[in-house]
Amino acid sequence: MPNRYPNVEKSIRVVLPALGIELEELEGASCCPAPGVIRSFSERTWLALASRNLALAERAGHDIITGCNGCYGTFKEALNIVHEKPDRLKDVQQILKSVGLKYEAGVDAKHLIEVIYSIGIDPLRKKITRPLTGLKVGVHYGCHLLRPSKLRPWHQIQKQTFLDELVEVTGAESVKYKDKFLCCGAGGGVRGSNVPVSIDIAREKLDNMMEAGADCIVDVCSFCHLQFEVCQAELNKELGENKYHLPVIYYTQLLGLSMGFEPQDLGLHKHVVSTQALLDRFL
Amino acid sequence: MGEIIRETISAGDMDPTFIEKIEKAGADRIRTCLSCGTCSSVCPSGRRTAFRTRELIRKALLGLREDVLSSPDLWLCATCLTCLERCPRQIKITDAIIIMRNMAVKEGFMLPQHRKSAQKLLQTGHAVPLDDANRDMRRELGIPEIPPTVHSSEEALAQVKEIMRLTGFDTLVEGEGTGAKQE
Repeated sequence: MPNRYPNVEKSIRVVLPALGIELEELEGASCCPAPGVIRSFSERTWLALASRNLALAERAGHDIITGCNGCYGTFKEALNIVHEKPDRLKDVQQILKSVGLKYEAGVDAKHLIEVIYSIGIDPLRKKITRPLTGLKVGVHYGCHLLRPSKLRPWHQIQKQTFLDELVEVTGAESVKYKDKFLCCGAGGGVRGSNVPVSIDIAREKLDNMMEAGADCIVDVCSFCHLQFEVCQAELNKELGENKYHLPVIYYTQLLGLSMGFEPQDLGLHKHVVSTQALLDRFL
Repeated sequence: MGEIIRETISAGDMDPTFIEKIEKAGADRIRTCLSCGTCSSVCPSGRRTAFRTRELIRKALLGLREDVLSSPDLWLCATCLTCLERCPRQIKITDAIIIMRNMAVKEGFMLPQHRKSAQKLLQTGHAVPLDDANRDMRRELGIPEIPPTVHSSEEALAQVKEIMRLTGFDTLVEGEGTGAKQE
């Protein structure tokens, strides 16, 4: 997030404190590392580096909070592995010990959506000063926020609604669209190595959202965000027409807008797909 | 009439230790696969390519190690985890794919673009390091120009590099990266 979408990071840094959540920097953190690519290359390296980030949080006496489904997946899975397999924990502890770090795997990792949702819908509603009435949103959960479901904190139901509820508290409407829980197509190293396949998956989602009359996408993952921001221009180029121009809004940007923050404070002026027409409706 | 080409699997192509290794590495229920095809039917990559998860798992079960590890199809999984959720045998399919990918990389099958991200991680501690444009944007937005990550601590970066040395990541991803059949 900090290296790819500083504008989204800005919105997180502005909105969470306004909700009473104090953020502390995870000094010296590295790449989570990416669950699709790095874990596919060397699971042992991936686990060791993920555990280092978790160890830094443990040392600071906090749980990790992340705004990216990929990081979330990495941390959740990394914790599960060392909790279930004592030999893996031992291996990781030995590696971390040799760089001077102690690790007990006693921390947790949370997605910021989980933290915001825990505030409760009614208290959140009281924060809304600029209701986004009439805005139709295509809600995109992303994969690693929800799956594997056994390792996630949500109610064990087939179709989750927590993000829809969080979107609707802003006054916007979450539209029903086909294959809502479909992947964005970016993960697993597919975006890096098989661009045509990757963007074709995203196109399917975009088509489904547009067909349902969505005015924008709301996502909660830096990689999904990249996928939807970047692929629309790629698709237009391929088609030779400007068919895809659905603004891609990160959740804290949407919430911040409805809480009365200025678009510049939420990084909404720094998007690949322009958000101006959408903003003009509410400013 | 054209010649019908039959693909025959010979015993020599089958490595019975292959599936044992996958099982041991974490895909513990993989032998219970009944080839029902649920995994293929929910696969977003499979919707638009010839990639078939069921076929991949079947080949792994048959021990067709070389075939599986050298196939570019192994890299079409977007790790969306839908197959893992839906598998009636509760096989950790995505884990199995990741295990096979680890084996493939160990044998030198790595796509050049993937090797590039791995090398970036090795050099900077991030698979996606900060570039000039985003550095400018950070300054403009009034957030720390260099994030308080490994990017602003040489000590932290050294720690991360040492971990990658200890786990053999440096030797694993070095080189140019034209993994055999992957090109």
